Amino acid sequence: MCDRSKPTNLNHPTMKFVDEYRDATAAQHYATAIAQITTRPWAIMEICGGQTHSIVKFGIDALLPQEITLIHGPGCPVCVTPIELIDQAIAIASLPDVIFCSFGDMLRVPGSHADLLIVKAKGGDIRIVYSPLDVLKIAQTNPTKQIVFFAVGFETTAPATAMLVYQAHQQGIKNLSLLVSHVLVPPAMETILAAPHNQVQGFLAAGHVCTVMGYTEYDAIAQTYHVPIVVTGFEPVDILQGVYLCVKQLEQGQAQVENQYARSVRQSGNHLAQKLMREVFVIVPRQWRGIGEIAQSGLDLRDAYANFDATKRFNLPTTSATEASECISGLILQGVKKPHECSAFGTHCTPEHPLGAPMVSSEGTCAAYYRYRQQPRGMGGLDENKSER
Amino acid sequence: MKINQNVRLSCPIPIQQYPHVLMAHGGGGKLMHQLIEQMFVPTFSNQTLNVRHDAAAIAIHGQNLAFTTDSYVVHPLFFPGGDIGSLAVNGTVNDLAMAGARPLYLSAGFILEEGLPMETLWQVVQSMQQAAKVANVQIVTGDTKVVDRGKGDGIFINTAGIGVLEYPQSIAPQSVQPGDVVLLNGDLGRHGMAIMAIREGLEFETTIASDSAPLADLVLTLLAAGIELHCLRDLTRGGLASALNEIAEAAGVEIAIAEAQIPVHEEVQGACEILGFDPLYVANEGRFVAFVPEKDAKRALAIMRSHASLKAPSDQPTNHACAIGTVTGKAPGIVKMKSKIGAQRIVDMLSGEQLPRIC
Repeated sequence: MCDRSKPTNLNHPTMKFVDEYRDATAAQHYATAIAQITTRPWAIMEICGGQTHSIVKFGIDALLPQEITLIHGPGCPVCVTPIELIDQAIAIASLPDVIFCSFGDMLRVPGSHADLLIVKAKGGDIRIVYSPLDVLKIAQTNPTKQIVFFAVGFETTAPATAMLVYQAHQQGIKNLSLLVSHVLVPPAMETILAAPHNQVQGFLAAGHVCTVMGYTEYDAIAQTYHVPIVVTGFEPVDILQGVYLCVKQLEQGQAQVENQYARSVRQSGNHLAQKLMREVFVIVPRQWRGIGEIAQSGLDLRDAYANFDATKRFNLPTTSATEASECISGLILQGVKKPHECSAFGTHCTPEHPLGAPMVSSEGTCAAYYRYRQQPRGMGGLDENKSER
Repeated sequence: MKINQNVRLSCPIPIQQYPHVLMAHGGGGKLMHQLIEQMFVPTFSNQTLNVRHDAAAIAIHGQNLAFTTDSYVVHPLFFPGGDIGSLAVNGTVNDLAMAGARPLYLSAGFILEEGLPMETLWQVVQSMQQAAKVANVQIVTGDTKVVDRGKGDGIFINTAGIGVLEYPQSIAPQSVQPGDVVLLNGDLGRHGMAIMAIREGLEFETTIASDSAPLADLVLTLLAAGIELHCLRDLTRGGLASALNEIAEAAGVEIAIAEAQIPVHEEVQGACEILGFDPLYVANEGRFVAFVPEKDAKRALAIMRSHASLKAPSDQPTNHACAIGTVTGKAPGIVKMKSKIGAQRIVDMLSGEQLPRIC
């Protein structure tokens, strides 16, 4: 009845870099090409939660031949932040005279006994920020408060955190500290490949992580474990092209690092961002929620910036963190199991009552499966109290 | 007097898992529906309420009326495309319109915060009067309360509205039939992203303006043209996805929509991409879905497209009403969507609030 081949194109030109990568014809073109070159089963892991979200949301896996299995990787920063750190965040955010700043999707992640949204409902001053530099303004305008930033994320967000610390240091800001839980992708890939139950034969590397870091550090992994690694974007056509390049290498017995996401990623990455990260951070071992400690996989503040460390500034209780016993998020994060193989999925564990972090973030595998694959049980509704009203 | 602590004078709280109210309890998603379904509806239960429509249909001395209420707590008070005053009129007018009623009278209850500039109040009141004039309703009663500084957010407004049901047809989820076409009267997400952009200080190349608009005249035009309207729902909090889920659940049907048919303006799409929001869940204040039988769909769409309420202001691109899907059969409340690349997926109701993602 209404033919709208380009729905976002109302009176404006087509959105650059979005519409063309969601094009059904182009997607089908790559799906057909993948089917043509595939001769046997292959298991490919997409590292990033953003890619997982796209795959499930657009149904990209449904376009692939049966032989190709996509394994969802651990690249959801919310999901891998250790529960002990969430508990510390909750303890700090509950203190009077603290303004606790966080990215939005950390707020619903369950700690041992609560989440940050519950702290907010009880009166904690918790603010969602979009950029770490927003925290600097909050610190400047609230000199009598202690401002704490929950610095989570992969190499993608680490430079912005580094910039916050660097500028705060330059400006002599005293009422700011950070709870740092930045993690690094390549050590996690090595951990997955070295695991005895590993099934991953090829990787789609996380495009935005590589925008910052480049992809030279993946050469050694590709060679050592003989796996192709394709730096890949996030839109359906990106992912299908990434899968195509990966399958092509697998079929030919190659194990190279390739760059599908050339419109964003350069081989050596963003030098300024890397320099800033080296200035502020030191590489440390880090706990990954559901996986365990991975050597050389985290970033922490260098000694020169240790006065910004919230764990040193606040007297935090050492809690014994407890994970929900039913939750298999570790196996989900390592790609060993899929969400519907968990007995709690969609029953005891839902986005409203998450047992584990992968059910929380929009990048979490369980949340993506629940939102796009689970049959919903909506409820009827009246019309009260509109937040945008 | 000694009080026996063991004696409970009331029933246990029906929602045990949330000892405190969260923002999501007002967010239009699952928690709000849990609150409504487990606390409000069972407690107040009656035949009229149990229909669960935007407005209650009541009959007094043979006259069929629609009655509704809504509260407005929007921050900021003024935003591109509207303000709390026009929103408070349009929102309640639209709730009446979604029952197929001609809106007639509104009440206005003001909760004002001590220290609010009188100039601000005056602007809001003028805006309300202007919106009431456009929507052809009168504000006939009101109330004023002032709370201590810090205990309000400038202005909160409650409006209630009464309208008259002039057409006999039952416009409600229960009237939805397999084969019905789902019509949407314009592009999605403008109001939510306009508020988000200004509230959070996000700067985009162009300003996103709210779609806030009264919808009653368009609905009455459809009815006057003899369009068989089975169900109407305005897409406020929770967006299109939540509205369709509510209807699918209440009607016991499966609804199938096509992503490629759903209009989302470039600026809104861009803002959503940046924040990790899905336009299907973003709030609107001038958009609704209409469920009509296939025989009437073309004509209804033509009326929607030519109606003056959808003529956008000159600085905004024109919006297009569109058919976005159909009711595919009897099923326990499922909404499916064909993605832009052709795969099927479920469209669930919003869980909690949409929270901006990390990267």
